[in-house]
Amino acid sequence: MATLRSADVGRMKALALRIRRHVLTMTHQAKSSHVGSSLSMADLLAALYGGVLRVDAARPDWPDRDRFLLSKGHGAAALYAGLAEAGFFPPAWLERYYQDGSVLAGHVTHTGVPGVDVSTGALGHGLSIGCGMALAGKRDGRPFRVFVLLSDGECDEGSTWEAVLFAPHHRLDNLVAIVDYNKIQSLGTVAEVLDLHPLAAKWEAFGWAVREIDGHDVDHIVRSLQDIPFQPGRPSCIVAHTVKGKGVSFMEGKLLWHYRAPDADELARALAELEGRP
Amino acid sequence: MRAAFFRTVMEIAEHDERIMLVTGDLGFGVVEPFAQRFPERFVNVGVAEQNLIGVSAGLAMCGRIVFAYSIGNFPTLRCLEQIRNDVCYHRAAVKIVAVGGGFAYGALGATHHATEDLAVMRALPEMVVVAPGDPVETEHATRAVAVHPGPCYLRLGRAGEPVVHRSAVSFRLGQALSLRDGDALTLITTGGLLETAVRVADRLSARGVEARVLSMHTLRPLDEEAVLAAARETRMIVTLEEHSIIGGLGSAVADVLARRGDGRIRFFPMGIPSAFALHAGSQDYLRREYGLSPDSVLRSIEEHLQ
Repeated sequence: MATLRSADVGRMKALALRIRRHVLTMTHQAKSSHVGSSLSMADLLAALYGGVLRVDAARPDWPDRDRFLLSKGHGAAALYAGLAEAGFFPPAWLERYYQDGSVLAGHVTHTGVPGVDVSTGALGHGLSIGCGMALAGKRDGRPFRVFVLLSDGECDEGSTWEAVLFAPHHRLDNLVAIVDYNKIQSLGTVAEVLDLHPLAAKWEAFGWAVREIDGHDVDHIVRSLQDIPFQPGRPSCIVAHTVKGKGVSFMEGKLLWHYRAPDADELARALAELEGRP
Repeated sequence: MRAAFFRTVMEIAEHDERIMLVTGDLGFGVVEPFAQRFPERFVNVGVAEQNLIGVSAGLAMCGRIVFAYSIGNFPTLRCLEQIRNDVCYHRAAVKIVAVGGGFAYGALGATHHATEDLAVMRALPEMVVVAPGDPVETEHATRAVAVHPGPCYLRLGRAGEPVVHRSAVSFRLGQALSLRDGDALTLITTGGLLETAVRVADRLSARGVEARVLSMHTLRPLDEEAVLAAARETRMIVTLEEHSIIGGLGSAVADVLARRGDGRIRFFPMGIPSAFALHAGSQDYLRREYGLSPDSVLRSIEEHLQ
């Protein structure tokens, strides 16, 4: 990818804002869960779909496209918003998110949704599939890269660690794992439920080239993603420190917003806060 | 069957460079020729069946045809959700191959008895389920699942099963093969009990009872027309499988007869009770224990015929 300029970063920040706005509106209309999980990854998605990923909305099946797998499939609202903003399908589809008869289900769904290669929702699946894709790319000599975005909660899954072992052994330096480390999982904080600390050191010990970043600093995210692979011959891992519910003060760091959808009043307050209005 | 499978995979891999063999660290003495001939198309993922299936799905999503190999219950039950979501939901060209169907690993203990695999695999959308009856069917089935565009489960016995088909067969997925004909009864079998079924039919024939023998090598999609023809044209249907009596061949045939039959056919499913074996034992020993030896199958059929 050509070096991104500050104007591109500005564009990505604006994209992140639009993704957040969509997510809040979608979860409100749908009365659906996981708004906090979608907001914590909005800046990561904005960097990816705002210029890092080599994808073409006009050709979603382009064989040499970069692959993006949202292994934390419950962040579907944010991914659909990012895909719509990137032109894979009309933004009007977002209004039908989670509704009867819609193709946009509450977890990432590939059937009938341009730009989605892999359906997810059961945790701990995405990194293995990404390993297979990256291995195929390596052995075929194809230029595409594979990006897998994981939640911290799914680092509890044994299958995740099977894949974490596999990728360095096969020197998959075309594979990037990004962990949305918002530190809250289903029934409490990660520290309370099943502590992952020190998470970056674990990936490092398994053979990955690891960077820890602020997952809301778009400039920092982009600079890291431009350095892929961090080391030739090793898969790259970005441990992105994030805040669940990021961007809406009354949702930030609150387990409640893993489940609850904003009501009309909360939606208005959230949107006003995003716009910078009091 | 194992030898026939690996010989056939080698042959088709020579002509189709999409073919890959991925193993979960099993196949000592049998995967090596493939690994040496096609090192770029062989992967050993280690003892990690969830990753075996996930990696295979990812490879298939990038255009490969993947044989994912392991034994017993490891490539099916251990990683069932990966099979359902990553392979079947995405119609990925992953061909799961398990050596050790039924009691093939009998002496290794109940953990190694693959006696519910057909039921579980048969329930999955998009999955084609094949249990060949001898090395001849194994070769045909291996070629057929490689060509089929979506997910398949190939359940094999082990090494050294006898060839049952003495002449060339016209093999198609989803189409039962007839080995004997008669009107007294139909013996429908799947997997490695084919030889038993033929021996039983020959002994019945010696006593003047002519049995039709159908090898139902494909359990999904099931050859419903062959079942219905047997119900119309013969007087009794007996199913024979080295698998739990729940959810396998007997259940599949019963389902067809209940939905589409005229309700008059006599039907006797023979298989393994839904229970764990309490003893170690060879495949032959355990077959005898559960009434699946030729002698006991013959005895049961004669009782039913009276």
